[in-house]
Amino acid sequence: MTTAPHISVQHLNVHIGQQHILNDITINIPNKKVTSIIGPSGCGKTTLLKSFNRLLDNTKDVKIDGKVLVDGEDIYDPKAEVTHIRKKMGLLSQRPYPLPMSIYDNIAYGPRIHGTRKKAELDEIVETQLKATGLWNEVKDRLNSSASRLSIGQQQRLCLARGLAVEPEIILGDESTSALDPTSTHKIEEMFIELKEKYTIVLVTHILRQARRVSDYIIFVYMGKIIEFGPTEELLLNPKQDLTKEYVKGFIS
Amino acid sequence: MIKRKIEEYFFKSLMILATIVVTGSFFLIVGTIFTKGVPFMTLDMITKSPGGGFYIGKEGGVLNAIIGSLYIAGGATILGLIISVPVAIFINMYMDGRYFLSNAIRVVFDVLFGIPSIVYGAFGFLIMVYFGVRASLLGGIIAVTLLVIPVLVRTLDEVIRTVPNELRDAALSLGATRWEMAKVVLRQIKPGILTAILLSFGRGIGDVASVLFTAGFSDNIPNSLHQPAATLPVAIFFQLGSPVEEVQGRAYASALILTVIVLIITVLSQLLIKKFSKYKI
Repeated sequence: MTTAPHISVQHLNVHIGQQHILNDITINIPNKKVTSIIGPSGCGKTTLLKSFNRLLDNTKDVKIDGKVLVDGEDIYDPKAEVTHIRKKMGLLSQRPYPLPMSIYDNIAYGPRIHGTRKKAELDEIVETQLKATGLWNEVKDRLNSSASRLSIGQQQRLCLARGLAVEPEIILGDESTSALDPTSTHKIEEMFIELKEKYTIVLVTHILRQARRVSDYIIFVYMGKIIEFGPTEELLLNPKQDLTKEYVKGFIS
Repeated sequence: MIKRKIEEYFFKSLMILATIVVTGSFFLIVGTIFTKGVPFMTLDMITKSPGGGFYIGKEGGVLNAIIGSLYIAGGATILGLIISVPVAIFINMYMDGRYFLSNAIRVVFDVLFGIPSIVYGAFGFLIMVYFGVRASLLGGIIAVTLLVIPVLVRTLDEVIRTVPNELRDAALSLGATRWEMAKVVLRQIKPGILTAILLSFGRGIGDVASVLFTAGFSDNIPNSLHQPAATLPVAIFFQLGSPVEEVQGRAYASALILTVIVLIITVLSQLLIKKFSKYKI
């Protein structure tokens, strides 16, 4: 890594109820790269991802210790402005959840709440982001129709466009393609590769081939601990830890 | 194997029977009100207030009670919404992690929901006596508001709980504040809010006990909040008690009017629900 890390996690411990979900996590997420978090179900991948934009705060009985620095600022500092932190990060969830409004308003929602009011500016943002996600030609004639009437794949791209419209620095993907068909999955993956020019991308995935296709680095998490972190090819083809070897075995053979 | 078939057949028949009984009684009730009410249904009934000898079978109508009922049920629903929407939003969206407290509040509203309306009427009456307020439109609206708040809160609460957490996360991760997130959730539950309004209005317009002492009764259409107001249920109650056949018949005509109002509101809200669901995900 040549540049400073974009997200720096230091001794992060997360308890939910009696369970120790994340155990002393320390990791640096490189700037403007795609980093995939892999690991078996229930290992804490999503929890780790949600700790980055503090969506974890809303979980029942959650206790969070440690530091998560984004651009050098601790986001768990009591003085930190949570809406400001979240604005920095676009989230793409497992299934698309468009807001209950029109296609246009979905994209304009973020800019509006952050103070952009002028119609001309909003029009431009909507067009730019729909073009960026390849949706423009498909929806330009029905911007005022309900977002829920798009196909699932289109909805997921709309959600990505919606996230990009608030000009984030980081994109978080939580198994963002798991509900999509292969064509839509491919489109989203292409988009991630394109977007890393401008954004730091962190993806949770359980598909090793996807991790290989899109990511520069991989974090392997097991039972709430980081077992291994390294460049994609190295981690998948030449893992150093036995647990990692065991997990990626199916991939190598 | 034969036992399973008999069991299946038995319970299926039971379900069909129960459904027939319930739907049948609906038509029986509506049918009775129609056959008994229609002969006494005149244009005067819905366009005029009681005249001098109305209660002994002479000229007039129940316009006073129709307007009074609409004022009270409508006013109480609006007032109730103003109070209930914030409560429902608060317990669902601002009380993360304080589940004991939010569930305790839910129990309180469940209890309030089950309290008979005469208790609200008596309570409202006590308050009015304390403040020296006489039976009036305002008193009626306040008592019925107390009655419908639990209906509204519990309905809204149930509807809000059907909204997927991911939708809230989506709004929050765009940098929305809690209130901005709540507004997104409110958009999503618009049809549910309409259902809550319908239930509240229905309960409010049909209740006698809560308005009996608080709204009073008057042959005039109230033109201020401080005047007593008639309501359809109370009007029906009075007219049914009359020995005059004409007046008794008008009680059924009044019941018919009440039923038709509720019917219109129901159909209207069904149409609106479709419209309000346009953007629902």
